[in-house]
Amino acid sequence: MAKLLVEPTEKGLWCESACVHVDPWRPVEAAVVTHGHADHATPGCGRYIASPETASILRIRYGIKAPIDELAPGEFRDVGSARVSLHPAGHILGSTQVRIEASGSVTVVTGDYKTDPDPTCTPFECVECDALLTESTFGLPAFKWPSDADVFDAVNRWWRGNVEQGMNSVVFAYSLGKAQRVLAGVDASIGPILVHGAVDNMLAPYHEAGIGLPETRKALVEAAKESAGRALIIAPPSAAGTPWMRKFTPCSTAFASGWMAVRGTRRWRAVDRGFVISDHADWDGLLDTVQRSGAKFVGVTHGYTRQFSRYLRDELGIDAEPVATRYSGEGESESEDEQVPSKQVPASGGAS
Amino acid sequence: MKRFSRLVTELDSTTKSSAKQAALASYFREADPADGAWAVAIFTGRRLKRVVPYKELRALASEASGLPEWLVRECHSAVGDLSETISLILPRPQKGDDAPERTLTDIFEQRIRPMQRTDTSGKARILRESWSELDADERYVFHKLISGNFRIGVQKRSVVRALAEAFEVDPGVMAHRLSGRFEPTPEAFDALKAPEGEDPGSDAARPYPFYLASPIETLLGTGASSTDTVPVETIEAQLGPAWGWIAEWKWDGIRAQLIRRDGLGSDSIHRAMLWSRGEEEIAESFPEILSAASELPHGTVLDGEIVAFEHGSPLPFQALQRRLQRKQREALLFQDVPVVFMAYDVLEHEGEDLRERPLSERLEVLNRLLDRAQSDLLRRSEPVEHSTWEELERARSESRERNVEGLMLKLADSPYRVGRVRGDWWKWKVEPYTLDAVMVGAQLGHGRRASLFTDYTFALWDRDPQDEAAALVPIAKAYSGLTNQEIKSVDKFVRDHTVARHGPTRTVEPEMVFELAFEGIQESSRHKSGLALRFPRMARIRSDKTPEQADTMATARALLEYHRSPPGLSR
Ligand SMILES: [Zn+2]
Ligand SMILES: [Zn+2]
Repeated sequence: MAKLLVEPTEKGLWCESACVHVDPWRPVEAAVVTHGHADHATPGCGRYIASPETASILRIRYGIKAPIDELAPGEFRDVGSARVSLHPAGHILGSTQVRIEASGSVTVVTGDYKTDPDPTCTPFECVECDALLTESTFGLPAFKWPSDADVFDAVNRWWRGNVEQGMNSVVFAYSLGKAQRVLAGVDASIGPILVHGAVDNMLAPYHEAGIGLPETRKALVEAAKESAGRALIIAPPSAAGTPWMRKFTPCSTAFASGWMAVRGTRRWRAVDRGFVISDHADWDGLLDTVQRSGAKFVGVTHGYTRQFSRYLRDELGIDAEPVATRYSGEGESESEDEQVPSKQVPASGGAS
Repeated sequence: MKRFSRLVTELDSTTKSSAKQAALASYFREADPADGAWAVAIFTGRRLKRVVPYKELRALASEASGLPEWLVRECHSAVGDLSETISLILPRPQKGDDAPERTLTDIFEQRIRPMQRTDTSGKARILRESWSELDADERYVFHKLISGNFRIGVQKRSVVRALAEAFEVDPGVMAHRLSGRFEPTPEAFDALKAPEGEDPGSDAARPYPFYLASPIETLLGTGASSTDTVPVETIEAQLGPAWGWIAEWKWDGIRAQLIRRDGLGSDSIHRAMLWSRGEEEIAESFPEILSAASELPHGTVLDGEIVAFEHGSPLPFQALQRRLQRKQREALLFQDVPVVFMAYDVLEHEGEDLRERPLSERLEVLNRLLDRAQSDLLRRSEPVEHSTWEELERARSESRERNVEGLMLKLADSPYRVGRVRGDWWKWKVEPYTLDAVMVGAQLGHGRRASLFTDYTFALWDRDPQDEAAALVPIAKAYSGLTNQEIKSVDKFVRDHTVARHGPTRTVEPEMVFELAFEGIQESSRHKSGLALRFPRMARIRSDKTPEQADTMATARALLEYHRSPPGLSR
């Protein structure tokens, strides 16, 4: 039976044959990092292997000085007794899956991924393998994403409607990935776009990679005054309900997340609108990936692991089981990435 | 249906009542009278019957989506609402652009009504047809309508105000027009639009909107809890001298309006009508009160309380409940649990609306009416004589012995208002009973709390917790009383301390102690503990207590004995 070439340890996913950890959550000797989100990238490791874009995010975001072996997607590298390559995951800029080949067997660790198109990163590429470790953040059939065109149509209509009423529009979106995707999707001709400092800091890797984004200004008092009543402001969720928001009143607020597909979380967020924009695969995307990979064994991590693996086993006859990693266990605080709602603690004051 | 489901989404996506009211008003203004009438019926809480039981709905959804039932249940548990879950998992509708648009009225007349008349397979067929032509938002509303559970967080008050705004009528007048029966017909909807003073053909059974008292604790300002004590000084400072106020006992019964008008019927019990505060017709359960009322003059409306009453004093509320539970008129039970109508206001006399007259004047009319009626069943709720607030506080402290809930304070020269308007009527209840109980289970909430564990099960020890064999016995469920912040922390506790899951409910480790406050306690064969608490709520989280310091069943039973026969009351 083909099982995974990686196994969970207290520091992260350990690959014996390559002598590396994949997305470790504690400092280790050698780390392969799938992408720059904080629940996948840990500073303090001896050396790193990552895609060039992720490498630049690691340097800018975490100030990592350790050597990073930049491995272009599709290129192979012999590591230990294994062959390692990275393949686009379509999650955020630079995100990749990790393919490990050793002793005649191939394992793919997807990291976070989505199968829907996204102008800010290379599209997901399905990789054939014997064993697959997939995420399942949205691993229930209640999650099916609407098309990008429909969603951004709604975003633009909302923004335009607010401009007509002399109101600013604030979109809460995670500062790395989601924020840039929103920027790339909106119709910049509607009005000026301002970004929170946390979002602004994460624009550099996108400019460096030549991703076309509309012109933005930092959301400082001066800029807020000049564009009052017309602006689209993009801020991380942690800004909700803080005094920082005051300079934008009157404003309408929205949250961009896959969780917005559910009315309950929409209400819980206490925003005026919820836009279903996810950087993770929906139910159909997950199933499609599992089936096209041809994997004989599927490990499931992140989110609805128990449900998704049971479905694979009982309904599709695929050998599958949950694999415990930190992301599916004790997420302490709200990270910039999407987590299951139970861990979604609203920002202070945002949900009263 | 598109327009209506858009309205529901709009109502759903804001917590501001002004925005809700605006959305409703614009809907009512544009609505076709037939659809508008259905919308009014839905939003004013006219009971929708459950057409398809949850289990069947889930099974059919499972079949239509091709997903195993366990997975549908998992989705339900993640989404928190079955109607929404099913709307999300079904395949998108195959409807072409030329498909006819269904109105809300069509949904009721062509879908829901036929469903009520058919068997399981017929229901399944209609459901599948409906699914194939409705989009996700419409399906959500449709499921809410057929599951008899349409809670979407709109207060009736907002609906009344929205209609008043839409049709430019005074909100009080609109509340009156919406009182009592409402048939969802285009005529009924159009009648709501009539200009003020031109009420088209009024219904002889129509009650007036109830005036509701505010809890005196709210004098303490926001953030006060119902278990806080209000000092007499505060009451005096805010309400002025005691002599300006009429005090009455707050009866532990059912608030009701008794209507006696010609045109209701001719035989003795049909010449009058009883409405509960929730505007349900409760006449059937209390025929002797109707008979007594048939002697009142035409055009009389009394406000009061139905109280179980024997040998000159009230009985606990549970006695009354037994009467309400029986739909059939059982003479024996009626003898067993005698009731009276404790009248405390008159809203209409000789067909004239008295609500604008001062209370003291209305009470004179009431006294005359009751003197003339000479009925033991129609009693005057006698004022509690007093000259100072201290005297009233002393009187209030006797409440439990008298089997009443406390005092009502009414400004002597106030009109009879509509709804809960602060200022003229206050309820000054006795402190509730409390018990310290251990949380043993939790369930996801509803509506805006659907993704949170907000409903908890509490237990008491069956013997001294030091005893090795001591076990926890569930005694009550409660979901109110906590702040949002506290709910969040309890929600996290539940998720981190789950020991078992059963659908949306969880069994949790018995670690957290809560002080439960409640209005009464009674025996119950339906509860494992043999006891039931009345209106339990969480007074506070007792983080200072360990589970072993929670109360025992023996303590609860002692409260029961006290409640049944309070000391000082001979019966
Ligand atoms: Zn991520
Ligand atoms: Zn992640």
